[in-house]
Amino acid sequence: MQRLLSSRHVTGWLLALPLALVLVLFLILPIILIVVVSFWTATEFSIVPAFSFENYEFLFGSAVTFSVFLNTFKYALVTWVFTLGIGFTVAYFLAFHVRSQNWQTALFLLCTIPFWTSNIIRMISWIPFLGRNGIANSTLLSWGVIDEPLEWLLFSDFSVVLAFVHLYTLFMVVPIFNTMMRIDRSLIEAARDAGASGGQILWNIILPLTKPGIMIGTIFVVTLVMGDFITVRFMSGSQSANVGRLISNDIGLLQYPSASATAVVLLATVLIMIAVMMRFVDIRKEL
Amino acid sequence: MSKMRYSRRSILKGGVAAAAASAFPAPMIWAQEIKDVTLRQFGTGVSNLNEVAQKVKEDLGFTLEMTALDSDAVTQRAATQPDSFDIADIEYWICKKVWPTGNLQAMDTSKIKNYDKIVGIFRDGKLTPESVIAQGTAPHSVGFTSGPGGTDFVAEESGWMTLIPTIYNADTLGIRPDLIKRPIESWAELLNPEFKGKASILDISSIGIMDMAMVCEAMGEIAYADKGNMTKEEIDKTIAIFTEAKKAGQFRAFWKTFDESVNLMASGEVVIQSMWSPAITAVKSQGIPCVYQPLKEGYRSWGGGIGLSKGLSGIALDAAYEYINWYLSGWVGGFLMRQGYYSAVPETSKEFMSADEWGYWFEGKPATGDITNPFGDKLAGAGDARDGGSFYDRMGKVACWNAVMDENQYMVRKWNEFIAA
Repeated sequence: MQRLLSSRHVTGWLLALPLALVLVLFLILPIILIVVVSFWTATEFSIVPAFSFENYEFLFGSAVTFSVFLNTFKYALVTWVFTLGIGFTVAYFLAFHVRSQNWQTALFLLCTIPFWTSNIIRMISWIPFLGRNGIANSTLLSWGVIDEPLEWLLFSDFSVVLAFVHLYTLFMVVPIFNTMMRIDRSLIEAARDAGASGGQILWNIILPLTKPGIMIGTIFVVTLVMGDFITVRFMSGSQSANVGRLISNDIGLLQYPSASATAVVLLATVLIMIAVMMRFVDIRKEL
Repeated sequence: MSKMRYSRRSILKGGVAAAAASAFPAPMIWAQEIKDVTLRQFGTGVSNLNEVAQKVKEDLGFTLEMTALDSDAVTQRAATQPDSFDIADIEYWICKKVWPTGNLQAMDTSKIKNYDKIVGIFRDGKLTPESVIAQGTAPHSVGFTSGPGGTDFVAEESGWMTLIPTIYNADTLGIRPDLIKRPIESWAELLNPEFKGKASILDISSIGIMDMAMVCEAMGEIAYADKGNMTKEEIDKTIAIFTEAKKAGQFRAFWKTFDESVNLMASGEVVIQSMWSPAITAVKSQGIPCVYQPLKEGYRSWGGGIGLSKGLSGIALDAAYEYINWYLSGWVGGFLMRQGYYSAVPETSKEFMSADEWGYWFEGKPATGDITNPFGDKLAGAGDARDGGSFYDRMGKVACWNAVMDENQYMVRKWNEFIAA
């Protein structure tokens, strides 16, 4: 026994065991269960174990599925563009313009303050702001910028993307800021000495070196947006749908097998997207 | 009530119980045991109120545990987990789905004290002898079964009830009269282009489809054989009309929860929408004008009742009957009626309401003073009358009952497409 425990391999396995157990129990098993249930069939209030492709046939046979997936990609792409733009700018400012370390920490903490409140509250607080008689419209009206309240401010794709950007930009800021802080400042000095302009430094030095951060942020934002259903429901006033809403509707109507099938397809889509992203940047190496 | 408290009343009660115990030993044991009974009730939020559980503890002595779920979850639980509840507080259309599973037990009407006073809607289907029975799942049609252990429905009053009716109402469209500024008389107005971008409908398929049907029929687009049991073609046509309207921007939003409907209306995002009675009062109590507009085509109505789990027996079953008799004896009815619902035995509720409240809520008379809800918020002042008038005016104009269709699953899929369109 003593010898067994002192063996390097055994201790290694034992150390890995708790995490492995947790992952198997709470990640692998549920996913397997979802895949299994996706082949079952359902009546109105019972789920029947079976091996049927009915759910997938219905999913791929419906034009609605494609439009909903397209909509989901659209939200993910637009949100990604905006969060990246804002996130990169904020991180750049924090990392290179703020000189004192104390200020950096203080400003960085300031960015996280909104996260002390719940996601849902931050999202819902947009509704009275953007509404027909909301603050935005009444301000614009009183300034004389518009003559009639802007209808597209709320319950539209605009409000959905706005909420996403608001909710998820920090997930871009943090990893990008982190990688920027690791950039060796002497590289920038060397570039400047060699006569590079500010733009050239940004494009040829900082951007390539922050790629891993951008990629991690991208994975966060894309998976969060692809899997979301509540933001789309509230901010579009239930008028638009993404895949998450399709799943939540199915669950509400007790169609668990159909919901599982949709979830499996969504999971596969997201995994493929992440795999493609990983081809561009080797996060492991850069970390 | 874990703390011991010696009030005059409890000592009196104790004294009486002790005296009773020495005279009749058996009832004492029963009285003690019933205090240990816990009945687990679940249902939709409408009538699952903590105030009711508190009052049960006070009046009857046993504990009532309440769980509020949405109607889909309620259906599922009643159909699949009979051991997880003692009392199911469900709607009649849910009963149509759940009763055949045999998870609920029939109730002996001879044990229901106020059975004879229950409104006709729940017995022979007729509010008054001249009434015509509306389309959809009318409560009386799923209200009786052939006997103890029956899983069928029978047309006549067999003496074995599936659900004891508790609460019901007639629903219609809610409007903002101050923003619409003209009379609204028909369900068809929901799709009137005049309200483009200012209309809403509820995103709960089983109820939403009925509102849609009321609108399509009022527009003269579709003539339904039975709105409560549409054919596939009727479902297709109905959804097509609404999908077209949705794409043209008719709807501002869809709502799924009570609060959403209140906010949409109160903020002026929406001026006409399907709505529930307490939502109207919630908007009004913010001081914003809102009318539960009676429409010429009639109301879409719904009714709820409590059913007993098949697992109930012995003392717990006695307690459940006790609870039902108490439920119909008036206090709950008064509590619910002051929120705008109706009680199954209105005459007993009358004793628990002031004459003015009874006049306002039931008889449709103008209020003589302030009308408040059970929580003390003012809903109407002197001179105001209830939208739609008296009980008989409102419940007499029911066009359709909430229902579950034979083509339910098809309808649900179509509904999902409508939302995603």
